[in-house]
Amino acid sequence: MNQSAEPALKRTPLHAAHLRAGARMVPFGGWDMPVQYAGVKAEHDAVRNRAGVFDVSHMGEFRATGAGALAFLQSVTTNDVSKLRPGRAQYNWLPGVAGGLVDDIYIYQQAPENYLLVVNASNIGKDWAHLTAHTGDFDMTLTDESGRWALLAVQGPQAEALLQAHTDTDLGATKKNAFFAAKLFGFSVWLARTGYTGEDGFEVFTDASEAETVWDKLLAIGIAPAGLGARDTLRLEAGFPLYGHEFSDTIHPLSSTYTWVVKDKAHVGREHISAAPTQRLIGLKLDRVPVREGYPVKVGGQVVGHVTSGSSSPTLGHPIAMALVDAAHADALAFEVEVRGRDHPATRMELPFYKR
Amino acid sequence: MNTPNELKYAASHEWLSPDGTVGISDFAQDQLGDVVYVELPAVGREVKAGDTVAVVESVKTASDIYAPASGTITAVNEELAGTPELVNSGPYEGGWLFKMDVTEPGDLMDAGAYASANS
Repeated sequence: MNQSAEPALKRTPLHAAHLRAGARMVPFGGWDMPVQYAGVKAEHDAVRNRAGVFDVSHMGEFRATGAGALAFLQSVTTNDVSKLRPGRAQYNWLPGVAGGLVDDIYIYQQAPENYLLVVNASNIGKDWAHLTAHTGDFDMTLTDESGRWALLAVQGPQAEALLQAHTDTDLGATKKNAFFAAKLFGFSVWLARTGYTGEDGFEVFTDASEAETVWDKLLAIGIAPAGLGARDTLRLEAGFPLYGHEFSDTIHPLSSTYTWVVKDKAHVGREHISAAPTQRLIGLKLDRVPVREGYPVKVGGQVVGHVTSGSSSPTLGHPIAMALVDAAHADALAFEVEVRGRDHPATRMELPFYKR
Repeated sequence: MNTPNELKYAASHEWLSPDGTVGISDFAQDQLGDVVYVELPAVGREVKAGDTVAVVESVKTASDIYAPASGTITAVNEELAGTPELVNSGPYEGGWLFKMDVTEPGDLMDAGAYASANS
């Protein structure tokens, strides 16, 4: 192995647990993360049919507190944070000044004047710099709590039933985007009915020091450990954009179908969001050959865009992809994707590819 | 990890049998994970050892396959078009990739050297 000058990869509190579970580890956004345990397909199927658990502790957590926290968050996001109430969560965007997004995030309101922001792992430093540059005169405090929390995403149609026997909260009474304190296996945790797989499920915020015990107990009740590989195929089937692929500092976020994330209000970067996007994010299916990020997308032999994410779809049994294409061609039905110098036919599919 | 003694192995994880059959090792299929697509060379193509001649795609990645010898492609495994998972279930049997008429083998290892290089 070559000794590189790369900085050491960061480890989540579950690193040793992943190795014990037989994970294959890969670098991801500066972290040493499990890409698979039993295999991508098996883990994907476990989440679609039963339940799986992902370590997403590499994601960042920032807390905004104080009388001015709401006004601050309103000024740096596109969605309407005033719609949140304690115990509710909301998907949101941090628009930048280069036409795209600094990040896409989730905001969880924990109490009055108390918000927890969950941000993408690879963007923690960038987000922190962006947010602290825009705190202005708002009467509030922003704290980086990324090191304090471990985050475990339990996802799948049986997630509720499997967790119910080990918590004091009536999970059946909680709705999508609920956020609440609970006891899980006797530990004090926060649970959110959120996720990134297209399935029902709960994200578990635990103290980093207790994460490994909680993880072991989740595996012991039959929840399958699932890695980044399955997380990517699941979110791609569900049509969820992933920062660094469908979103970036320069990709217009309204190229996607997530237009509801932008509400009528003033905020940082509004002038860029208001401009019409020149590209659109579409779904493609192929017969047999998988297509990967960066492959050219054509109409009638002319390049009109490129693949942003592509994989074989374990649920559908054929390759699928998301692609950014010129808006003028976005309603075409027949495309070609160039794979190793050869054009392969691709058909546009409505997003999401999969919906429960 | 299974490394049959009668085969020679490339550092890039292809195997070559005495009759000129080529595939990828058990170690390689395990590293790749679930194989979903295999692109094979044209029969009759002349290749040099080290040329990219095929692509094996798992759910997540596409991996180039290199010719372990110089020579001519004489046959490809047509079964893989419909059942690419044979590469996982039988990397030395039903999951073979292609056969070649070998003029000169590349730089290959015996089973023991390959196994210890990947342990």
